[in-house]
Amino acid sequence: MKTKLMAAAAAVALSIGGAQAQQWSDGTIKIGVMNDMSGLYADLTGIGSVIAARLAVEDFKAAQKGMKVEIVGADHQNKPDVGSGIVRKWIDEDKVDVIVDVPTSSVALAVNEIVREKNKVFLISGAAASDLTGAKCSPNTVHWTYDTWALANGTGKAIVKTGGDTWFFLTADYAFGHALERDTAAVVEKNGGKVVGKVRHPFPGQDFSSFLLQAQNSKAKIIGLANAGGDTINSIKQAAEFGIVKGGQNLAGLLVFISDVKAIGLQTAQGLIFTEAWYWDTNDVNRKFAERFSAAHPKKVYPSMIHAGVYSAVTHYLKALEQTKSDADGKAVVAKMKSMPTDDPLFGKGTIREDGRKIHDMYLFEVKKPAESKGPWDLYKLRATIPAAEAFRPLAEGGCPLVKK
Amino acid sequence: MIAQAPAIAAIGTPRHHYAAFAVMVALAALAQGAFGIYPVFLAKVLCFALFACAFNLLIGFVGLLSFGHAAFWGSAAYASAHAAAKWGLPPELCILFAAFVAAALGAVIGGFAIRRQGIYFAMITLAFAQMIFFIALQAKFTGGEDGLQIPTNYRRIAFGFLNLRDNATLFWFVLGIFLIGFLVIYRVIHSPFGQVLKAIRENQPRAISLGYHVDRYKLVAFVLSAALAGLAGGTKVFVTGSAALTDVNWPMSGEVVLMALLGGMGTIFGPVAGAVVLITIEEFLAERAGAWVSVIQGGIFVLCVLAFRRGIVGELARLLKKPL
Repeated sequence: MKTKLMAAAAAVALSIGGAQAQQWSDGTIKIGVMNDMSGLYADLTGIGSVIAARLAVEDFKAAQKGMKVEIVGADHQNKPDVGSGIVRKWIDEDKVDVIVDVPTSSVALAVNEIVREKNKVFLISGAAASDLTGAKCSPNTVHWTYDTWALANGTGKAIVKTGGDTWFFLTADYAFGHALERDTAAVVEKNGGKVVGKVRHPFPGQDFSSFLLQAQNSKAKIIGLANAGGDTINSIKQAAEFGIVKGGQNLAGLLVFISDVKAIGLQTAQGLIFTEAWYWDTNDVNRKFAERFSAAHPKKVYPSMIHAGVYSAVTHYLKALEQTKSDADGKAVVAKMKSMPTDDPLFGKGTIREDGRKIHDMYLFEVKKPAESKGPWDLYKLRATIPAAEAFRPLAEGGCPLVKK
Repeated sequence: MIAQAPAIAAIGTPRHHYAAFAVMVALAALAQGAFGIYPVFLAKVLCFALFACAFNLLIGFVGLLSFGHAAFWGSAAYASAHAAAKWGLPPELCILFAAFVAAALGAVIGGFAIRRQGIYFAMITLAFAQMIFFIALQAKFTGGEDGLQIPTNYRRIAFGFLNLRDNATLFWFVLGIFLIGFLVIYRVIHSPFGQVLKAIRENQPRAISLGYHVDRYKLVAFVLSAALAGLAGGTKVFVTGSAALTDVNWPMSGEVVLMALLGGMGTIFGPVAGAVVLITIEEFLAERAGAWVSVIQGGIFVLCVLAFRRGIVGELARLLKKPL
């Protein structure tokens, strides 16, 4: 049996290897999945991303193709110092070839510089900062799943087009919140909507009642939540207590994930509108992936868009390696990834732009009412699809130095 | 609270301190050279060790519990990263600048804080540190929650010939800075100035009655501690490559308290041991324990406080019957 498999593997390797033999530095392709395994983002990224990477390697049939792939995982505890320490050690000592996921922008930006210096590959699924393909773009980095620009743009544009034309912003009072609000407001106004008011809440906030009452009194159809994490969860919960959604207004989250919706529950989150790159219950392939993923996950959660992004990114990376036949030069691998169109079961067909931005459709979802939900993970209904061509920041506006003008 | 250091310590260097110092330096050098421990990790440990020593100067030898040392460490990290990324200064100047910024900040915060004692002092330092955190969060040049990174194209050459991109060179560079800071602290503690600090710690009214300007002594110690914390924070940027909000946020202030406590407050070598243990746990568990990192750290803290209150080096010193 074993010899048969080896022979088969050898045959595959020969058929695709051609004249040049494959060159894996130290004999293995080593994938390092680093994210938050214990804190706020553990369900959103965490061990799930390691599982997603493992499923991608399985489905790629890497072993049969003569590629020895190893996956390691680590918890950066949302601290840039811990994250950069791990990545440096991974690259210098453990010969890791590609770093995957990495939520939390401060950690991702630090890793971005290290990977560039060491000429490895960085596949981002978890981090949101649009700077990663803007001013801080790198020839060694691909930003896969989403970014803040895409979320603000998708949510702003698609909501205005589906009737939500008056907006009130509830904004976390720091640079990140301001940027979200500014980007979304610009999109809303460009598409013919109107911003009737905004209020800034302290970061991190506990009591949102006075801000929510102002939002309620503004009579705006949409209340945009330009905040993140615990602030978003708290404002959604308190909005439900004030009956804001029942009163006919809708909440629009600018940085909301499936793990947040699950944590809040349908009763409270119903009617919330937001943009995501992927949802498990959209076709049979995704549903099947979700079942496999959930079966492998210790907490049996369903995959988030970030997990799907990890799967998709790792698949494309392995495809590129098949072509380059070497994982030593990260820049060359990423250049290959950019030159090949992407095509995988979860994200379908897409491309990677010169600045490292992966391009695909985005989707506007609305959280279902409890009565509409048929299962514990039946959470969203699709409101609109944002076509790939419009979903991401235009190349020229990012200010990425890699893009020749 | 701090029982192990005798009220009247001799000026000058006891012989066993030379031995302990030699052991410490040899361990650091061996860890890098012979044991093959990853040099960048060791460099990071050394930065935190110096930070803990700077903090210990206040709590251990003046009896002032600062709960805002993240302000000095963090603002120095930002200053250093800014000087490198935006001005392109060489590393040694960035670090000097960072220490200067922290010292200036220390003079302002210390000027207010030393007027009070005990919990009030701790709360004032915490309040100031939170203000610095707020500024770091809001200001443009800190990059908010994105932090500041040293760009890849920055020329990482110290003194014109030390290439800090090389891991071993980076380690020796950081070890050098650590030893300078450590020896400064040692010298201060064993100087007549240090004797007065200890006198203040033991009995402030008596020190006043002897004619010492207690506030002036405290302020100098505070500024010194801030500057050394800044020296450590500024150096850290060249090890990890970035400065971020976690550097100025209050858990960092807590972490340094924990390091000093675990290693042994008021001992000379204790904070170093505390930093080694805590940072090793943090990094070691990152790839193994997942959700359990903070739980394990908490457990160790409780164990330390309940079982060996003097800390690692404090207990060792008690066994050897010699102050370390």
